[in-house]
Amino acid sequence: MDIMGVLQKLASESGFAAFVLTEGGWKNLVMILIAFVLLYLGIVKKFEPLLLCGIAFGCLLSNLSYFIGMGDNALYHPELWSQFLDSSSPYYHSYGHIMSNAGLLDFFYIGVKAGIYPSLIFMGVGAMTDFGPLLSNPKSLLLGAAAQLGVFVAFFGAVLLGFTGPQAASIGIIGGADGPTAIFLTTKLAPELLGPIAIAAYSYMALIPMIQPPIMKLMTTEKMRKVKMVQSREVTKTEKIIFPIVVATFVILLLPSTAPLIGCLMLGNLFKESGVTDRLSDTAQNALMNIVTIFLATSVGATMVADSFLNLDTIKIVILGLVAFAISTAGGLAGGLVMYKTSGGKINPLIGSAGVSAVPMAARVSQDVGRKYNKNNYLLMHAMGPNVAGVIGSAIAAGFLLSVFGGIG
Amino acid sequence: MQDLVNISIPTAAGTALLGYLVVFFGLVLLMVVLLIMGSVFEKKRASAEKAAAIPAPTREAPVLTMENTLPKAKGTAGELKLYNTEPKDAAMIMAIVADTLGKPLNELRFISIREVTDDEV
Repeated sequence: MDIMGVLQKLASESGFAAFVLTEGGWKNLVMILIAFVLLYLGIVKKFEPLLLCGIAFGCLLSNLSYFIGMGDNALYHPELWSQFLDSSSPYYHSYGHIMSNAGLLDFFYIGVKAGIYPSLIFMGVGAMTDFGPLLSNPKSLLLGAAAQLGVFVAFFGAVLLGFTGPQAASIGIIGGADGPTAIFLTTKLAPELLGPIAIAAYSYMALIPMIQPPIMKLMTTEKMRKVKMVQSREVTKTEKIIFPIVVATFVILLLPSTAPLIGCLMLGNLFKESGVTDRLSDTAQNALMNIVTIFLATSVGATMVADSFLNLDTIKIVILGLVAFAISTAGGLAGGLVMYKTSGGKINPLIGSAGVSAVPMAARVSQDVGRKYNKNNYLLMHAMGPNVAGVIGSAIAAGFLLSVFGGIG
Repeated sequence: MQDLVNISIPTAAGTALLGYLVVFFGLVLLMVVLLIMGSVFEKKRASAEKAAAIPAPTREAPVLTMENTLPKAKGTAGELKLYNTEPKDAAMIMAIVADTLGKPLNELRFISIREVTDDEV
């Protein structure tokens, strides 16, 4: 046995050597540092830790194992997915080719690519969400609609910055403040941007308590912020059971492209409300949600390979994502202001900012800002209406963008 | 289709505006559906509450009097008032009491029989 030869082979195949010897190996080092920063943000700063820890570790694993020209031991192979998406490649849309050459994270990523994980996450969200506040005040749907403004402004901004239509649509949906929806749409329209878009979406969702309050203060007066809202009407159990059936039927008939997201969201909610599927509801909101979160986060993180992440587009996406969040907040607040005026000052406009989805973080921000100006004001339940309306609104926005840009290019 | 990939600025502006309107349209329609649904349930609940607010008609105690009992049994003493008790049940109770006491029924006088509810026990 040639011990020196074996040692030499081990050394040349090691990642340490690859940093220096492979083309762009140093970029992997940068990505590994970015993964460390994301891990710090998730663990120490607690920015959406359930997602960010997985995303960061997926990024770390991907960049530790994949180097250009040394893909044998890689956990994720970006070139396999490029061939999968290239209509001129013999492996176009070939899952067989992927599976026969895949690393562990490629297998995980199949669930993202097929749109399975975001839909299952929506099922869990549905099983955890109480749509009662929305049912007691259906007008909150208007705030959920108004708060989608950032989606379309960011889409337009992305086009101005030179992104293609499908890429711009994927960037715009960051403004919906809904991680699974952003991942779902990006996977369908611009999978090459999945890493930066997912990072931007989840980072800004975690930063909502910092992004929203200044805009809320800027757009409302102290008198408005002090408005105490009256208790909404009580919602019966039957209404709660009928709601998911009505919404699924109505929204899917209106926009069939929303079917995976709205269908799963409402199925999860039916599990919760029907009262006869407690075990399924429990599984959807706990075990299944946790399992899918692990697969989703690590596989999305794995797409953050140096070549597709370390470029100017990522910086543009990060900036556009922030713009999208801010404008969506402003749109929701503008809707709140209109409702404040039309209701004769009975509606606190602060609940408008909760229309950006990001359940329940955005509703909590409305509550916190409201209580700062009126200690006896409890806006949380009132803000939950627009908040859950935002989930439906962002799914409809994604459905529209998918209808327009899906299947082109 | 190519114009949507390399989308022009006017087309992008139009798409953005249309998208926002579609979201509003969808959610406004959904709001209308929910408002109708809510009003149906509110009406149902209001009528149920109204029905609950009207006191339940209390059954008057049927009085066995000379006029409505024909013919009068031998040795009958006065009237028997029944509260929430069927005459058939009253007859059975009186028979049991008579049997337990070992006395003929016409030697006993029942003034009233009233059902005692669980709350009163």
